[in-house]
Amino acid sequence: MTGGEEVRLSRARRARAAAVVLVTVTLVLVGAFFRLQVLGGGTYELQSRNNRLRPIPIPAARGAIYDRNDELLAESIPGYSLSLLPAPPDSAHATLQRLAPYLRMDSSSIEAILERRARNPQLPVLVRDDLTFEQVAAVEERRPEFRLVVIGTHPRRRYPAGSVAAHVIGYVGEISEQELDSDEFVEYEAGRVVGKQGIERTYESLLAGSAGTRYVEVNARGSIVREFPSDLARSAEPGTDLKLTLDLELQQFADSIFPEGDVGGAVALDPRNGEVLLLYSHPTFDPNLFVGGISTEDWEAIRDDPGQPILNRATAALYPPGSTWKLVLAALAMRSGAAGIETYMPTSCRGALQYGRRPFRCWRPEGHGPLTMSGAIMESCNVYFYQLGLRIGLDPLLAGVDGLGFNSVTGLDIPGEVSSRFPPSRDWYDRRFGRRGWTESVILNLSIGQGETEQTLIRMAQFYSALATGQSPVVPHLLQSELLERVREGWSLDLPEARRLELIEGLKRVVNEPGGTAYWHRPQEWTLAGKTGTSQNPHGEPHSWFVGFAPADDPRIVIAAIVENGHPDNQTSRAVPFASQVVSRYLRNAGVPPDNPLEDAGGPVSATLTGGGP
Amino acid sequence: MRRHRSNLLAGLGDPALLGAALFIALLGIAMIWSAGQVDIPSIVAGAWRRQLAWLFISLAAFTVVVRVPMRWLEWATPWIYALAILLLLLVLLVGSGPNTRSWLRFAGFSFQPAELAKLATILMLARILGSKNDRPTGLFDLWKPVLVVVAPFLLVMAQPDLGSALIFIVILVSALFWAGIPLFTIFMLVSPGVSLILGFSAPVWGVWFVVVVIALYLRRPFMAEAVSVAIANLAAGALAAPLWNRLAPYQQRRLLVFLDPDVDPRGAGWHLIQSKVAIGSGGVTGQGFGQGPQKRLAFLPEQHTDFIFSVVGEELGLIGVLAFLTLLLWLLRRVLRIATDSGQGFGSLVVFCFFAVWFAHLVINVGMTVGLMPVTGLPLPLISYGGSFLLTTFVGLALVCRVAYET
Repeated sequence: MTGGEEVRLSRARRARAAAVVLVTVTLVLVGAFFRLQVLGGGTYELQSRNNRLRPIPIPAARGAIYDRNDELLAESIPGYSLSLLPAPPDSAHATLQRLAPYLRMDSSSIEAILERRARNPQLPVLVRDDLTFEQVAAVEERRPEFRLVVIGTHPRRRYPAGSVAAHVIGYVGEISEQELDSDEFVEYEAGRVVGKQGIERTYESLLAGSAGTRYVEVNARGSIVREFPSDLARSAEPGTDLKLTLDLELQQFADSIFPEGDVGGAVALDPRNGEVLLLYSHPTFDPNLFVGGISTEDWEAIRDDPGQPILNRATAALYPPGSTWKLVLAALAMRSGAAGIETYMPTSCRGALQYGRRPFRCWRPEGHGPLTMSGAIMESCNVYFYQLGLRIGLDPLLAGVDGLGFNSVTGLDIPGEVSSRFPPSRDWYDRRFGRRGWTESVILNLSIGQGETEQTLIRMAQFYSALATGQSPVVPHLLQSELLERVREGWSLDLPEARRLELIEGLKRVVNEPGGTAYWHRPQEWTLAGKTGTSQNPHGEPHSWFVGFAPADDPRIVIAAIVENGHPDNQTSRAVPFASQVVSRYLRNAGVPPDNPLEDAGGPVSATLTGGGP
Repeated sequence: MRRHRSNLLAGLGDPALLGAALFIALLGIAMIWSAGQVDIPSIVAGAWRRQLAWLFISLAAFTVVVRVPMRWLEWATPWIYALAILLLLLVLLVGSGPNTRSWLRFAGFSFQPAELAKLATILMLARILGSKNDRPTGLFDLWKPVLVVVAPFLLVMAQPDLGSALIFIVILVSALFWAGIPLFTIFMLVSPGVSLILGFSAPVWGVWFVVVVIALYLRRPFMAEAVSVAIANLAAGALAAPLWNRLAPYQQRRLLVFLDPDVDPRGAGWHLIQSKVAIGSGGVTGQGFGQGPQKRLAFLPEQHTDFIFSVVGEELGLIGVLAFLTLLLWLLRRVLRIATDSGQGFGSLVVFCFFAVWFAHLVINVGMTVGLMPVTGLPLPLISYGGSFLLTTFVGLALVCRVAYET
């Protein structure tokens, strides 16, 4: 065996070893590829998609809102939005700075956008949703500068009725931090527009619809490359249109005749089904200002307005009910048998009632003389009702009033309603003033709607609804819904029908008989039954109240109205002509046949906005 | 096996080998073209044209080199080696590059002296180990080949270019293996290197050291050898930590990321994660030639050089991967056969070293794309974009073919 052959033989062995290594290692590599591409294919395909696809939300158009006659109250109109794709903070900041001149943004709004971006860095951040076509065109022309920018259509809310129905419809705005944290908005993301007030808020879940998603493909630098047709994409589902019970025309009419320069509100219900026909508060505001974020100047103007335009005076303001309260006393007295409609009180009115060491005054210093309950209602005699209250007694009075819902909200379907207040029991006085800090003389003020009671307009309207129909009143509602029409309050007047009709007769006299406190403003064609009221308050002249219903024998509308400080003297009660005209307007438009023969009418009818008594 | 054909093809030595290499190179250019189809425009878009030009230059070089007799080459080897060492010294002084000083530029050309040094080291080792009279067997007889490799190895490490330095180790081990040095001697030689790597973990290194000691006890080499090897292993284990600290931060990151790509997903781990996503999303049939989203949207870095095989995986799927690997495997198998069949000591060693170097490149590069190997920046022969590497590959192929011709 030569050396050369030995080398060659050993070489053959080594070559075999090398070949084995070659094949083995290659097989290991193939195994690795098999693992990645066959066993892991789905996962990596998904990762590859996550790498390059970015979901872009497509906002859903909110449902429209219509009034009872299909007049438009709120609609969604097409608009443009501009969002930034997820990107490092630096490039997001740089892009916003370059956008600022086209969108008229200042550094504080840029900061706000960057803050929102930081909360959810994986999602596109909405920069503006109220762009004009010109602004969009300006940005699109400079596309290479704005590679992170996504322009989308973005429905924008518009309230064609403007300020007239602002307190009912409410408005929309960007979702707040607190709302995002709440259970109700778990499916919402930052930047979404939600209902903030009124119907927009209550029926958010119906109006909102569901947002869709589209996908864009981005490259490693985060720039959009193209729209990606993905099977995961979803189109937006528009929200449900809502039809309200509100009468826009009536609302506009109320707005046009509300005493200029005054502050107040009114609510009108259909007593048969609880439909809210009118819900008006004055002064009011333009809800369109809130869409897309209210500007600082506009917000300051609204906030600093002494008339508090945001306050809904029909549901969120409390007033002493004044003489409108006297019907509560009358009903309770009849129910307990303490007095009937023809009952006289022991002391006739001579301008005041002496109780203890103190005189309790009637509004008419010269006095009313002897009066039946009917007459006392008509002329709103305080002295009669002081005695009626004393006759009922404190405990039955407190318990009876509490049983009529005067300590609660009505449950109207817009947020912000406040609870009416009336002392529920003696304990309330003990706690408030101490066991010896008060006397039963509180009855006297409570009997005429003063003292420790404050009511909302809608709560008073509910009581008069019960009076008008003799049934448990339907919980007032703004959404037209047969379901809501079946929801009633848990109480009724519990008065024999004959007694109830006697009370209504008394209320008719208030408006329709010379000497009645609302006689000068009675409607021409329909019999209005109602009660004026004057509520003393620490803020100036007494407020002027009117609560009533018409037609008196087949009520179709109950109205409660207040004009703050609207009763400067015994000849002026500004709520009365206002309420009377609203009632007439509604009945005329609703086609309710007149029940009041014209020849019966005497004296001026709704001719002036002044005159009359409490 | 001598072929007595006087036609043009016979002069090419192994026309099939050249044909396969050319075919793979053209496929590579197709992949480089695809790698340039990216939404963010970059210089990669025109890379395929430059690679095509380099392919012509490489073929020209091939036709020249394939006519040089191995005897002449063996004679010129010391001069080539000396030139390579000089250039490696020069590049340390005036070199340029992104992370390392590994490129020399002149007259608009740039090339890596390390490429020439690999070639020169192969030739030099083959010359030393190829002479039949003087076959070393003992550990200390290997001082000459070790010295030949250590000089360029240290110079390349100084650039620092870890990937290329690794190739010098491959050249040394493969040359010794093919020269018939006993495996145990090679084991003793490289064991300190293994200690160096395992030195990061004391328990693992401890196990390795016990293995070395047991091996030394069983095989009973000369006492001096055994003691030296044991001491070298101890020293390497102790030096591991200080040496680690001397590595450039980007090299440390690359090694750490190899162990766990998620330690730095946006930085060094990015390459590996994106490469795996690209390959994995290719599935069996791929996303389609030119269509890979990972590549197209620039998620895949170095898509025309180090990670060209990720583009293959993404766009052509497992089928494309198997096709490419089969072609490369066939080529390597053929080179190995030429080495086996050659009667020369020098020529056979040269061919085997090229086989080993290309195979190492293949394993490290492809292994890197699937996370089996650390990200070292070694290109894939014949496929990755890179002119000087393509040129040296074809010069190597010319030598292989010349050996085949002379057999």
